[in-house]
Amino acid sequence: MNIKKTLVVIGNGMVGQHFLVNLVNNPIKEDYNIITFCEEPRAAYDRVHLSAFFSGKTAEDLSLVEPGFFEQHGITIYMGDKAAKICRDSKTVTSEKGHSIRYDKLVLATGSFPFVPPVPGHDRAQCLVYRTIEDLEAMQAAAKTGKVGVVVGGGLLGLEAANALKDLGLQTHVVEFAPRLMAVQLDDAGGAMLRTKIEALGVVVHTGKNTSLITDGEQCVNKMCFADGEELETDIVLFSAGIRPRDDIARDCALEVGPRGGIVINNQCQTSDPNIYAIGECALWNGMIYGLVAPGYAMARTVVADLAGNEASFTGADMSTKLKLMGVDVASIGDAHAKTPGALVYTYQNGDTAVYKRLVVSQDKKHLLGAVLVGDASGYGTLLQYCLNGIELPENPDALILPSRSDESVGLGPDALPASAQICSCYDVTKGEICKAIDAGCTTLDGLKSETKAATGCGGCAALLKSVLNSELSKQGYEVNTDICEHFAYTRQDLYTLIRVEEIKTFADLLARHGKGKGCEICKPTIGSILASCWNDYILKTEHTPLQDTNDTYLANMQKDGTYSVVPRIAGGEISPDMLIALGQVGKKYKLYTKITGGQRVDLFGARVDQLPPIWKELIDAGFESGHAYGKSLRTVKSCVGSTWCRYGVDDSVGLAIELENRYKGLRSPHKIKFAVSGCTRECAEAQGKDVGIIATENGWNLYVCGNGGMKPRHADLFATGLDKATLIQYIDRFLSFYVRSADRLQRTSVWMENMEGGLDYLKSVVIEDKLGLCEQLEQQMQTVIDTYQCEWKTTIEDESKLKRFRHFVNSEQTDDNVVFVEERGQIRPADEQERKHFKLVEVA
Amino acid sequence: MSTWQSVCQLDDLQPDSGVCALVSGLQIALFYMPQESMVFAISNYDPIGQANVLSRGIIGDINGQIVVASPLYKQHYNLNTGVCLEDEAISLPVYRIRIEHGYVQISVKE
Repeated sequence: MNIKKTLVVIGNGMVGQHFLVNLVNNPIKEDYNIITFCEEPRAAYDRVHLSAFFSGKTAEDLSLVEPGFFEQHGITIYMGDKAAKICRDSKTVTSEKGHSIRYDKLVLATGSFPFVPPVPGHDRAQCLVYRTIEDLEAMQAAAKTGKVGVVVGGGLLGLEAANALKDLGLQTHVVEFAPRLMAVQLDDAGGAMLRTKIEALGVVVHTGKNTSLITDGEQCVNKMCFADGEELETDIVLFSAGIRPRDDIARDCALEVGPRGGIVINNQCQTSDPNIYAIGECALWNGMIYGLVAPGYAMARTVVADLAGNEASFTGADMSTKLKLMGVDVASIGDAHAKTPGALVYTYQNGDTAVYKRLVVSQDKKHLLGAVLVGDASGYGTLLQYCLNGIELPENPDALILPSRSDESVGLGPDALPASAQICSCYDVTKGEICKAIDAGCTTLDGLKSETKAATGCGGCAALLKSVLNSELSKQGYEVNTDICEHFAYTRQDLYTLIRVEEIKTFADLLARHGKGKGCEICKPTIGSILASCWNDYILKTEHTPLQDTNDTYLANMQKDGTYSVVPRIAGGEISPDMLIALGQVGKKYKLYTKITGGQRVDLFGARVDQLPPIWKELIDAGFESGHAYGKSLRTVKSCVGSTWCRYGVDDSVGLAIELENRYKGLRSPHKIKFAVSGCTRECAEAQGKDVGIIATENGWNLYVCGNGGMKPRHADLFATGLDKATLIQYIDRFLSFYVRSADRLQRTSVWMENMEGGLDYLKSVVIEDKLGLCEQLEQQMQTVIDTYQCEWKTTIEDESKLKRFRHFVNSEQTDDNVVFVEERGQIRPADEQERKHFKLVEVA
Repeated sequence: MSTWQSVCQLDDLQPDSGVCALVSGLQIALFYMPQESMVFAISNYDPIGQANVLSRGIIGDINGQIVVASPLYKQHYNLNTGVCLEDEAISLPVYRIRIEHGYVQISVKE
């Protein structure tokens, strides 16, 4: 009888989970009952992108475990239960909650803990670390009352943590013991450049500082005292001074550990007990602890292979990293400090743009040994490939870091890479594997990511992955057609530019100059919308009317039976009783079905075309104006009641919502736009699910962008914090103008941003830092739209010739007999097919 | 035998767009392209959306065929033949139409 063996994994962090995923994909899993202990209250999540928690990602978003993973693969997980003791004699693991499991094979993936220097006062209130989601929640809570935050440690993680403090709206300091930032990865000049960039963002950097005491502060909760006599008051102290392997459980059962910690492993990742493996940050291989996820993943794969009886060994890992710290690109490759004997160094430094690059090259100038990039890491992919694959360098290696002054590209095209070249180091995906997936029909970046997992770890290889995809596709003769339709061989963005630059005012003119045929229901509304965005003419001018979708033509929303719904503007959702009564009276008079919308206004359904003008006449007389619910344009600015009434309100959200809605009403855009303003972080207006969301904080307005509800919900990204109203409006002007200018047709801001090369950071660089030198123009263009606003319904009912269209028959006053209503819950609704047949029979009889 | 009926004046048509006329109890969508001096008449009833709305669709051309796109679900109907481009099994009644002395005339009988 074949009795299954038992495999126990201690720790369900990133590496522990990667091990399980690889194990269940290997036939060897059939030999084992698999049991894992997870000390935290939730299964594995993405610690690499932890700071995303503060820009809106939830714990669920960060999860690395597919729903149902453990159940599906018959894995027992003891959640929130820490493995406390290993008895190697009886081969049992005992947990804190008293579970005792006999194992045949044991995998230690206990990870690491943040090192907290033993400074007196390190355990005071609001002295925190940055490792788990619970730590983040503690930071969030502390930030609610605090104003100042200090990160102890200017390494990679420390700067990530500083970014988090900054995002929480705190005045942020970084205190580093070494004389420079990121001492492990960068040299002095690179560290100095990074410092300049980070200080420009408002973070104060203190290097060469040794904290000697933390005690009571006067203005803040805490005061840090340094060895040089200086002091710094702060509410939060966040320790991020490196990690230490969690090897207690191994020590207690007398496994071999290193003199400075870490569970000693061999090339198969076996500890001194061959039945026990250790992987990830708790493991010490060849005297080294790897504090990166990619080597941990490589160890996990090695163990699976070893269990399966395959030959595999872990022989060290590349420690190259590329990341964006507070919007600053930083990368380090291989021997960044030029420790290899005879190594030659090339450096490039540009004080103006704050870019620093350094190449470390072998004595014979043939091979790249290492590199440092600060401020511009676009060359990372190419340089890493040179370094990892031993590709021979060009004659003048410095050309790789010098800015190119011509069209000549010094980059290593994807074609130059061998099939064995590793593209994604997190998931160990080679170029060959990627090409295989493309050959098998995977022709989109998203498809390739889910098929091969490439670029889904740290994401550093996304650009390279894309260029491999494009190169392979073009080799296969694919051509991606981005023409808007058969009448215009242009994208929406091209058409926008043509209309702006050539000052084209009509569809006919654009068609004559740049198109062919007669147009269609794709290009006509798109161009109608661009013309409106640029010149803001009345959309029912004779030459524009044929371009509009029916909703815009009739300034109302067509429903399934051909009737329309009417939505007057109720800016910010604020409405007086008299206005509400007026609305009710119109609804009653015309027997309309009445419903409150999600955007805090009222929708009146069931109006025939001929009823639209009299309905609007009454609404306008009562003081209403068009709500543009029919247009691809600003819909509503939803708001909570704000500080005027609410006990918790921090600022006047209703006032701001009304001001914004009135500012942007009527703006025609590639798709509808929704806003919301919340008066405090309780976020009752749900601003983080909107294209533009604003939340009041003690320090000013926080601006979120590119959120979405609907079919594909997307949490908005934090764009800027602590803004005054003038700056807030300036950013929104620029953001909207840039969206109108560059998005595809019917592309919401969320998808627009996700498809933008450079994503959120690029968007920030355009809108906040004016990288493209466009901001003045963007603001002007918005101002033009604002200055030329008109209520389209008011214009229409004042123009007899426009009203001609608002009748069902051109030659009769009769109405459409196919429109039939029945009553439900005291209001009308369209009759269904059965009911309609019945109605007709009755009428005939 | 003349079956032509005047339904409205040419001025009542909407340039590059449509209106609906009631002719012998039938709802007929009339489209007018002044540049090309062309007029078209097809049934106003969208059999897919099941509503009388086609006169409110956008007109244009797809692969050389003059079409209207239904404002409800955007299927295209050939204005000369009435055939639905997305589903050739669906075909709308098409009517003869002409302009006489500034009047739009329709013939609903074959």
